[in-house]
Amino acid sequence: MTNLKISALEFVEEAKNGNISVEDFIGKTLERIDSVEDKLHAFLSINDKALDQARELDKKIKSGEDVGSCFGMPISIKDNMCIKNSKTTCASKMLENFIAPYDATVISKLKKQDAIFIGKANMDEFAMGLTTEFSAYGPSKNPWNTEYVPGGSSGGSAVSVSSFECVASLGSDTGGSVRNPASFCSTVGYKPTYGLISRYGIISYANSIEQVGPLTRTVKDTAFMLNLIAGIDPNDNTTVNNNNEDYLANIDSGIEGKRIGIITDMMGDGIDPEVLTATKEAISKLEGLGAICEEISLEMVKYSVAAYYTITATEAGSNLARYDNLRYGYDFPVEGYEFNSYISKARRNFGPEVTRRMIIGGFVPSAGHAGKYFLKAMKVKTKLTKEINEAFKKFDLLIAPTVPVLPFKIGEKIDDPVSLFLIDINTVTANLTGKPAISIPFKIVNGLPIGIQLLANSMNDKLLLQAAHALEQTVTLPEVPI
Amino acid sequence: MTKIGLEIHCQLTNLQSKLFCSCKANYREFAPNENICPVCAGIPGSLPRLNQEAVKKATMIAMALNCSTPEKIAFFRKNYFYPDLPKNFQITQLNIYGDTSVGGTGTISIGDKKIRITRIQLEEDPGRIIYEGSSSKNQITLVDYNRAGTPLVEIVTEPDFETPREVRDFLNILSDLLKNLGVADPSLEGAMRADANVSVHGGNKVEIKNIGSFHDLEKASHFEITRQESLHDRDIPIAQETRHWDDRRKITVSSRSKEEDLDYRYFLEGDIPWVKINPEIRDELKLKMPESINSKKERYISKYKISAQVADVLSSDKFYSDLFEAAHTESNAKEVANIITTELMGLEDTREKRETSKLTAVHLKELADAIQTGTVSRNSSKNALHAILKTGKSVSAVISELDLGNVSDETELLKIVEKIIADEPQAVEQAKSNIQTINYLVGKVMQATKGKADPTLTLNLLKKQIGI
Ligand SMILES: [Zn+2]
Repeated sequence: MTNLKISALEFVEEAKNGNISVEDFIGKTLERIDSVEDKLHAFLSINDKALDQARELDKKIKSGEDVGSCFGMPISIKDNMCIKNSKTTCASKMLENFIAPYDATVISKLKKQDAIFIGKANMDEFAMGLTTEFSAYGPSKNPWNTEYVPGGSSGGSAVSVSSFECVASLGSDTGGSVRNPASFCSTVGYKPTYGLISRYGIISYANSIEQVGPLTRTVKDTAFMLNLIAGIDPNDNTTVNNNNEDYLANIDSGIEGKRIGIITDMMGDGIDPEVLTATKEAISKLEGLGAICEEISLEMVKYSVAAYYTITATEAGSNLARYDNLRYGYDFPVEGYEFNSYISKARRNFGPEVTRRMIIGGFVPSAGHAGKYFLKAMKVKTKLTKEINEAFKKFDLLIAPTVPVLPFKIGEKIDDPVSLFLIDINTVTANLTGKPAISIPFKIVNGLPIGIQLLANSMNDKLLLQAAHALEQTVTLPEVPI
Repeated sequence: MTKIGLEIHCQLTNLQSKLFCSCKANYREFAPNENICPVCAGIPGSLPRLNQEAVKKATMIAMALNCSTPEKIAFFRKNYFYPDLPKNFQITQLNIYGDTSVGGTGTISIGDKKIRITRIQLEEDPGRIIYEGSSSKNQITLVDYNRAGTPLVEIVTEPDFETPREVRDFLNILSDLLKNLGVADPSLEGAMRADANVSVHGGNKVEIKNIGSFHDLEKASHFEITRQESLHDRDIPIAQETRHWDDRRKITVSSRSKEEDLDYRYFLEGDIPWVKINPEIRDELKLKMPESINSKKERYISKYKISAQVADVLSSDKFYSDLFEAAHTESNAKEVANIITTELMGLEDTREKRETSKLTAVHLKELADAIQTGTVSRNSSKNALHAILKTGKSVSAVISELDLGNVSDETELLKIVEKIIADEPQAVEQAKSNIQTINYLVGKVMQATKGKADPTLTLNLLKKQIGI
């Protein structure tokens, strides 16, 4: 009996030993996808060559060839990452027919390790959103309760991992887009230090703060994935040298004696009492493991969401300007149009959230307004970074709930963009300051998951994963009811 | 009072690759859209990969123009929609948030006049738009992205020029300087373009865009000054506007587009980290920088006693000064310089002629030596040079083949001298009373020997025979 619920580490060990036939596992995964996709809609497209690739890999191992360390593992990929000769839509009508002509760096690294990309995961259009409701192809559903949102923007990634449609996934995190759905779907979701993973081939939304991040079933799986995709990339000038760090080694070092700061500004007004309780439980568990926890206030956090939306809208306005439908895009002939009227017409195919942010992005950095908005936002970013750097002089790690509220119903907040914005308050700090952060599944309350977030200083990703692993070991969670 | 300021765009044509990818910086030999990749075509997900060599070359230009160079440089995005712009933003540099462009303020001298440089920035060139079809109804717009991403240096000056003539002199100096630095070949089509801003009598500033060559830049500023002067004379206000240079009609035309009102929403390009240019890098670049034109000129004058005029011409042309450096010795330097400036520059006056010429530095050295030792006369050396350019044969071979050797055999020359004295009694008498006029007789001997007579020997023989 094929166990689709297996962790990534277990999978590759069994597959390499020949105890799992890749063909069988991929076949069963595709069956699973077939049977649950109607309810979940985690995928925008499925790799129709997955079974052929699986058979090739089985042959490879039978003939005694060397195999990659991600051998035969089905991975879902957020649909904003380029896989050569595959559709990459960003869940947008604008890129409905865009076939990527090259592989993203993370994709080519995983390809080399014999991974199988089982499908492209649903997301909010161009990663703008935190519910996956802004996908132009319809929302994904939370496998814990399909009336609820799975979080976003990497909603499809989180759903596919938590509902066993794949073993692991790659998402991208601009303001919480990996951690938020991980928290809502009860998976591990990690945003590394800015520059640790190459962004080459990831379709930019807000390039100065976003990162690729794995979504997995265990913290160890995240460390395993990180080992495969982290490191300097000549194609991305913002990548940093990690000296080939092994994030899996000594992952069970524990957190004895580590100092952890509790970010009070992320547990104030508007927090759901259940989330607050869960966070307090997590803190006492960490203390039980020998950590020293103490409250800390980051004053700038209260301005962080405003700064985040100002900066991301500015960058998005520029990054998405290339979607003029001239070189690629959807079917809309140019004949009879003057250039400017064509592009303004073509760009009406952006969805409501993207349009909203493009309009903001045209305004906040414009001459006469930049001083009041964009430059002020940049000041907040600088001050927040200073503040968190000070905090890390005193603490090894920081803790807060990943999302201050429980998952909510689909449609519940879609018409209230401002209340949606505020849900980002606990996640954007890591992006604005470039720090690594991780969401760990911690509790299920009334059938809905709660994740706990840990943050560490830049390039302390290994310490962060060790702490996350320690916390993860303290809880046993029920299985997803789908 | 006329004021002209310039914005000069110069492609770093000598670089191997584009500013942010490994496509060729020399895009000219490709079929349309053959010299592109995901990066320079702005394909989703691609990221710029900064060409460090371009930063070094641009810094060299800044140093050569006496501009300040900051410790750290940054890139910015200039956002606007245009069909030739693959990303619909251009990666460029700015100084509005501190001095982060590759070059800050500097000066360049044209004669006694100093022109202030405002800044120098490194940026990417857009693609090229090609319109096809005659009537506007049937016209189609084609875009070739081969040029997109070519490294471009923009040099901005203060409005310090007062005449189109000064503009031309400046451009000549700048063009020589860029060639001398080995960063660009300004003669390549489209390698250098410029915008100008012109105002007269303290009036409004008018921008002139789309000037495709330096030659037209001078013409355009001339036209614009005349246009503004005539408006001024008739008390018609001069509008602050952007005009385009109409290359066909040779006039400036008001741009109906609202280009001047565009808000570029500049902000920092996050995909390219700040680049540190620390003192060690600057020192290293200084060492690598070729000798400046001025320093070359001074060296030619002081070391070889070459005349200021010849030294000026020679030093400002990289091709010929390189040839001079390779060909000259301590003793023949002056001769080599003379051959180059009085003969060779006229014979090799185009790029094509330079490329097809078979002349080498060795030829030049041997020819100068031959003149100095009297093996060939200066006059005959011209014929020798001609033959060498075409055939590439050695100097000695050319001299003997063309029978250009000096008539230095005294008995042979004496016969000719005696004949000339007999033929020209009047001139002989004149020479007796005024020694200066003997040159006429020397000329006659030269004519008779087709320029092969050794001039010194001829003079001595003439003097002796006439008895002066
Ligand atoms: Zn390219």
